[in-house]
Amino acid sequence: MISARRIVAVLKKELLQLRRDRMTFAMVIMIPLIQLLLFGYAINTNLRHVPVALVDESRTELSRTLAQIVQATQVVTITEELTTPQEAERAITESRVRAALIIPQDVSQRLARSPSLGLSLPNATVQTSSRPVAHWIVDGSDTMVASAIKSLRTMPLTELLKQPPNRQVPTFEVTLYFNPEQRSAVNIVPGLVGVILTMTMILFTSAAIVRERERGNMEMLINTPIKSIELMIGKIVPYIFLGLIQVAIILGLGHFLFDVPINGGLGVLLVVTLLFIIASLSLGLVISTLAQNQLQSMQMTIFVLLPSILMSGFMFPFDGMPKPVQVIAQILPATHFMDMIRGVVLRDASLYELRWAILWMIGFAVFGLLAATLRFKKRLG
Amino acid sequence: MNDVVVSTQGLTRRFGENTAVNNLDLEIRTGQIYGFLGPNGCGKTTTMRMLTGLLTPSRGAISVLGRSMPEAAEPLKNEIGYMTQIFSYYRDLTVLENLRFAAEIYGIPAKSAASRIDELLHTYDLTTNVHQLSGSMSGGQRQKLALAATVMHRPKLLFLDEPTSAVDPETRRTFWEQLFDLVDQGATMIVSTHFMDEAERCHRLAILQHGVKKADGSPRQLMDDLQADVVEVEGPDLRKVKHALDGKPKVLSTAQVGSRLRVLVDKSETQPAEMLQKQLSGFSDLSLTPQRPNLEDVFVSATREQEP
Repeated sequence: MISARRIVAVLKKELLQLRRDRMTFAMVIMIPLIQLLLFGYAINTNLRHVPVALVDESRTELSRTLAQIVQATQVVTITEELTTPQEAERAITESRVRAALIIPQDVSQRLARSPSLGLSLPNATVQTSSRPVAHWIVDGSDTMVASAIKSLRTMPLTELLKQPPNRQVPTFEVTLYFNPEQRSAVNIVPGLVGVILTMTMILFTSAAIVRERERGNMEMLINTPIKSIELMIGKIVPYIFLGLIQVAIILGLGHFLFDVPINGGLGVLLVVTLLFIIASLSLGLVISTLAQNQLQSMQMTIFVLLPSILMSGFMFPFDGMPKPVQVIAQILPATHFMDMIRGVVLRDASLYELRWAILWMIGFAVFGLLAATLRFKKRLG
Repeated sequence: MNDVVVSTQGLTRRFGENTAVNNLDLEIRTGQIYGFLGPNGCGKTTTMRMLTGLLTPSRGAISVLGRSMPEAAEPLKNEIGYMTQIFSYYRDLTVLENLRFAAEIYGIPAKSAASRIDELLHTYDLTTNVHQLSGSMSGGQRQKLALAATVMHRPKLLFLDEPTSAVDPETRRTFWEQLFDLVDQGATMIVSTHFMDEAERCHRLAILQHGVKKADGSPRQLMDDLQADVVEVEGPDLRKVKHALDGKPKVLSTAQVGSRLRVLVDKSETQPAEMLQKQLSGFSDLSLTPQRPNLEDVFVSATREQEP
């Protein structure tokens, strides 16, 4: 018979210990608070103001206007002006700038014949007439920087000659749902809930059993009538509340500071978050029964944490990953949670729409709790 | 009052190549304080852990309170108390919080728990420390708290693993008085120790060495049955006297105690003092007096036989 009284005894003891451990308690609040502020402002997938160099070999009014138009896009900021392409290459190698715009001497002739201005339709076979106006050299090692500069390739030059543009007819009409302004925070903030919960929840419980062992309390505990499952439940319940506090901080601040909408129902949000918290806590407990000391439990936590950040779809789109990686990533609770929390917060998904992820999360939590209970022996050998 | 509470037959526990407990037969009766006396690593803790069901024996049978161990380990948790060698309650909880935790874990109903805790606080003189964190208390106070928590559920059988190894003699004395009070209330105790004065307080003793029981009986009986005579030598140059006697036939051991040399002579020697006198003919001003054996003599005699 499982005794509720013994579960409550462990739970109360954990709360008392937590209350006296001011540092841990402070971290529960500070981790989501500070990380949300940092990441909310820091992570931005729309690259702006990339520092670049300008090599103006033409030195005409036209070339100066061209440089101004480029700068007006806000994609780049010209931070230095150099005289030769070689100097520009050196500046890139030395990492002073990420790219350089080289405006050739014959820029006005090139411009006059440029198809983008629509003076006359050029013949595609005439090489000279279809040459680009100027040249970018780019540090291509960072793909984000490279694609930002590449986006300038077809920049309209109509302002340059006060000419009306050739009418550009898009091939596709694109309608952006859920985040029409394309603000990174809208995607980052719900994802942060997953990352921070993974970190704190697994970390707290992964040390739980190990700490009792290291402090010598385990020998007393295993001589009492307490059952493994009672100990496990008593140990995770206080952290469920801490997890919910963290979620409230992240989503609340995300809503007020970063204007992240909470479109879904709070009930659905609570269910989804609770499930993820319990799944993470039970994973932490399994780690705790595997590790021999707190250092080992810390290492195992990081082993789970890194893929939860990098493979869950928090930073990089899940769909872009190779199939085998997707399979591995789906073992992690964080991967399912990213999908669920973004679903609820941004897309107003219902529990029914999230049923598979929910079932998986329940399965994971039950399996973890059972595994930890079975692994924890009230015997020494 | 003579029911057997704990009995073992051929109890053996091996850790790899090492045999920690070897073929141990025990019979512990109700209302006794039974001591395991032996040096560190002699198998005291391993034996206790097998008796409480924490360790499974490699061989042999155990019966505790009429039930077979380790099978009955869980149901017996409510009737057994185990006080570990190192303080194992929570140092970041207060005395009261620790006692409440113990009461709840042992399923004592809230109402009776409050009066039981109150009673224990008074019995173990902890009333002034109720709200003190146990981590900030002295070793002796922590000892009292550990005992109070261990007997919270009024166990019939109490295991105490080196209970007073970290406390001063005064505290040890009080502690033992409290143990006798518990015995008076009907508890049986198994105590491990490496202190002779502590062992001497037990009703009955087993002397363990390398996992083997070398002697078993009441301290008085063990001293009376000692297969050796004790002679104390007084005089100058005791270190030289000792070296002259060490290794001589029938001299079992020599140990200096202050200004005297305590010599154990095999019982087969009918005139021990005279025999020693002859051995020490080269020394002058020595006086030799026969003495009553003490527990240390029993311990030395019992454990030396093992040596090759």
